Amino acid sequence: MFITCYNDTLFPETGMAVVRVLERLGHTVEFPAGQTCCGQMHYNTGYQAEALPLMERFVAQFKDAEAVVVPSSSCVAMMREHYPKMARGTGKAQLIAEVDALLLRVFEFSEFLTKRLGLEDVGAYYPHRVTYHASCHGLRNLGLGDGPLRLLKAVRGIDLVELEGVEQCCGFGGTFAVKNAEVSSAMLAEKTTAVLNTRAEACTACDNSCLMHIQGALHRQRTGVSTVHLAEILAGDEGGR
Amino acid sequence: MINPGGRLAGAVCALCARRPMSEVPDMGHPAPGLVAAMSGTALDPKTAPAFPIAAQAAMQDTQLRKNVRHATEVIRTKRARVVGEMPDWQELREAGKQIRQHTMEHLDFYLEQFEANCTKAGGVVHWAADADEARRIVIGLVKASGSDEVIKIKSMTTEEIQLNAGLKAAGIHAYETDLAELIIQLGQDRPSHIVVPALHKNRQQIREIFRREMNLPELGERPQDLADAARRFLREKFLRVKTGVSGANFLIAETGGVCIVESEGNGRMCLTLPETLITVAGIDKVLPRFEDLEVMLQLLPRSATGERMNPYNSIWNGVHAGDGPKTFHVVLMDNARTSVLADEEGRQTLNCIRCAACLNACPVYRQTGGHAYGSVYAGPIGAILTPQLQQMHHAQSLPYASSLCGACYEVCPVKINIPEVLIHLRSKVVEQKGMFDVEAAAMRAAAVVFRSERRFRAAQRLARAAESPLVGKDGWIGWLPGMLGGWTKVRDLKEIPKESFREWWEKRGRSE
Repeated sequence: MFITCYNDTLFPETGMAVVRVLERLGHTVEFPAGQTCCGQMHYNTGYQAEALPLMERFVAQFKDAEAVVVPSSSCVAMMREHYPKMARGTGKAQLIAEVDALLLRVFEFSEFLTKRLGLEDVGAYYPHRVTYHASCHGLRNLGLGDGPLRLLKAVRGIDLVELEGVEQCCGFGGTFAVKNAEVSSAMLAEKTTAVLNTRAEACTACDNSCLMHIQGALHRQRTGVSTVHLAEILAGDEGGR
Repeated sequence: MINPGGRLAGAVCALCARRPMSEVPDMGHPAPGLVAAMSGTALDPKTAPAFPIAAQAAMQDTQLRKNVRHATEVIRTKRARVVGEMPDWQELREAGKQIRQHTMEHLDFYLEQFEANCTKAGGVVHWAADADEARRIVIGLVKASGSDEVIKIKSMTTEEIQLNAGLKAAGIHAYETDLAELIIQLGQDRPSHIVVPALHKNRQQIREIFRREMNLPELGERPQDLADAARRFLREKFLRVKTGVSGANFLIAETGGVCIVESEGNGRMCLTLPETLITVAGIDKVLPRFEDLEVMLQLLPRSATGERMNPYNSIWNGVHAGDGPKTFHVVLMDNARTSVLADEEGRQTLNCIRCAACLNACPVYRQTGGHAYGSVYAGPIGAILTPQLQQMHHAQSLPYASSLCGACYEVCPVKINIPEVLIHLRSKVVEQKGMFDVEAAAMRAAAVVFRSERRFRAAQRLARAAESPLVGKDGWIGWLPGMLGGWTKVRDLKEIPKESFREWWEKRGRSE
C-alpha cells in the first residue's frame, strides 16, 4: 500500500480501513517504510524539478510490488498523467522502463477492488445515510465511472442518496484553495449545499483531500454532517468496527 | 429567455427572415450621447488586477452570478443533448485535434498557401506582426475606403487588439452588429464570454440599456421587443455604412476562402452589403482543406451553442463582380502566436476554435463570470491563452485560476489538455520567482522533507507540535496564519491525529 503523505499524517484511519478490507479479502498488505509523497503538490503548483526526486523515490520503494493500492484518486492521477512524461524528461532508459512497468500495477483503492479483483460486494455493513461525491481526478483522469457507486450499493444497511451536481468540483484543487480562497469557497458552498440537501449523515469519496475541504465547511457551519473515505465504509462490518 | 446570444439572437434572425428590408423604417441618426457611450473600457491584461482580486469583486455582484450560472447551465444542457446524439463524437474530437495539430506543425506552409489562393481570388492579404500593426493596417484601409464608419461582425480578435478604440482615435466610428456585442457597446461594457459576450446581462438589464441608449422610453421587455429594437437600430447601419470589418472562424488554405459562422444573420449583412470588407484573423485560424470544415462545422456549433448547425454559415472567396464587396482585405495577425507555437508544451493552445465550451463547463468561471480574467479570452482557455499571448510578462495569476478539475478538457472539441498547459505555465511563473519568494522557499523545504523517511517523520511530529496552540477544545482549528489563512476563512481544519498511519502500522507489527 502507498498511503500517501497526507493520509499518513492526517487520515490514518483511511489506511487502517484499506488494510482491514484487503486482509478480509485474503490479501497480504505490505507497507514500505521509506514511502513519503508522490509529488503532486509540487508538480501541480509549478515546482516540477522538486517533484522529480519524489517520483524516483516512489519507484524505488514500490518497483517490486505485485500491486500498489493507493487510497487517493488524485495521487494516482498524478502518477498516471505525469510520471511517464517526467521519466522521459530525464532521458534515463532504466527509469522510463521502471515507471512504465510499475504504473500498470498502480491502482486507486476502489479501482483495485472493481477492476483488478472484479468485486462489488466486499462484505461490508454500514447502516447510515450516505451520499457520494465524484472527485474530479477519479472521475475524469482515472475513469472510475460508477465503480465506487457499485461498491457502495453492495454495502448492507447503507442508505445511498444521489448528490446533485455530483461531477462538479468541490473547489479544493490543492493550493487553489488558498491562492483563490474566495472562488474556492464559492465552489465549496455549492457542494455543501448539495450535500445538505441530501439529508445524508455523511459524504463519501475516493479522495480525502476533497473530503477534508468539504468537511472543513460542514464543521465550520456546525451542520453535524461528516465526511468519510470510501475505504472506511467498506471496512465497516457487523462487529461495528 | 435570459440568454441573449442564444434565444434572443434567434428572435432577431426570425424577424429578419420574415420582414423584407424595404419595410424597415429608418432609425435616423444615433440617439444623443450614444457616440460618447460607445467608447467603453477595454479588458487589458497589462493593467488588469490579479485574478483573485478581480474575482472577489465580481463575486459581490449577485445579479451577475445568477445570470452566469443560468446561462452556462442552459448552454451546457443544450450541448450535452446534441453531443450525446453523435455516436462518433470522440472520433470527431480526435479528427479535430489531428487537423489542428497538423496545421500548426505546417503553419508557415498553409499560411502562404492561403495568401496565394486568396490573392488569386481577388483578395488582398496583409501581414501584421502585432496588435499595433494590425490596427494601423485596418485604419489605413478604412480611410482608403473613403468611410469614417464601419459595421462590425462579432470578433474576439478585434477585441484582442482593441480595434474599436484605435478606430475611434483615428476618427472612425465602429458599429457592433452582433446583438450581444451591440449590448456590450451600448452599455459601455466589456465582453465576458467568447461566444456569448453579454452572457452576464439578463433581459431586464438589456432592456434598460436599449431604453437609455436608443432613446426608446416605451420599450417593452419581451424578447421580441428587444430584438425588434436592435433590428431597427442596426438595419439603418447595414444600409448606410460602406465598409465592414470582420474576424474569421476559419481561413481555408486550399481555396483562399474565409468562413464565418453565426446565429443572427447580422454577420451575413456585414459580409455582403458593404463595398469594402476587411477581415482580421489570427494566423492560428487557418485550415488546410475545404473538407476539413466537415469536421469543424460539426464540432464547433455543437460545442459552442448546442446547435447541430449554425443558422448562418458564410464562406467566401475573394471578390466577384456585381456580387458582394468590391474590395476584400485580410489582415493576418501574429501578435505573439508564433511565440506560443515555439513552446512545445504550450502550443496546443493554438488549436482552439473558440467554441467556449470550456467556459460553460468551468466551475471557476461559473462563480466569477468573464471579467475577472482581465482579458477578452476568459475561462479555462483564457487562463492558458492570455498569459502566453502576453509572453508571460502579464497575467501570471491566470494559470492558477483553476482547480485542475479537468471539466474543460473533457468538453474541448479539439482535445486541448488545458490542465496540462496550466501546470506547464505554472512552472514558467515559478521560474520567474526570486530567491526569496516565501512560497518557493516553503515548496523547496517540503521537497527536502519528502526526500527522506527520517525527515518526513520528524516533520509529522513537528506539525503536530506546531499546530497544538491553534487547536480548539473540540479538536478543530478555526484560524491559521499567513497564506494558510485562506483556508480558515470559511473552513475549519481537524487537528492532526496523535498517531500517524505508519506509527500505527509499526505498533501493530510489533504486537503480532
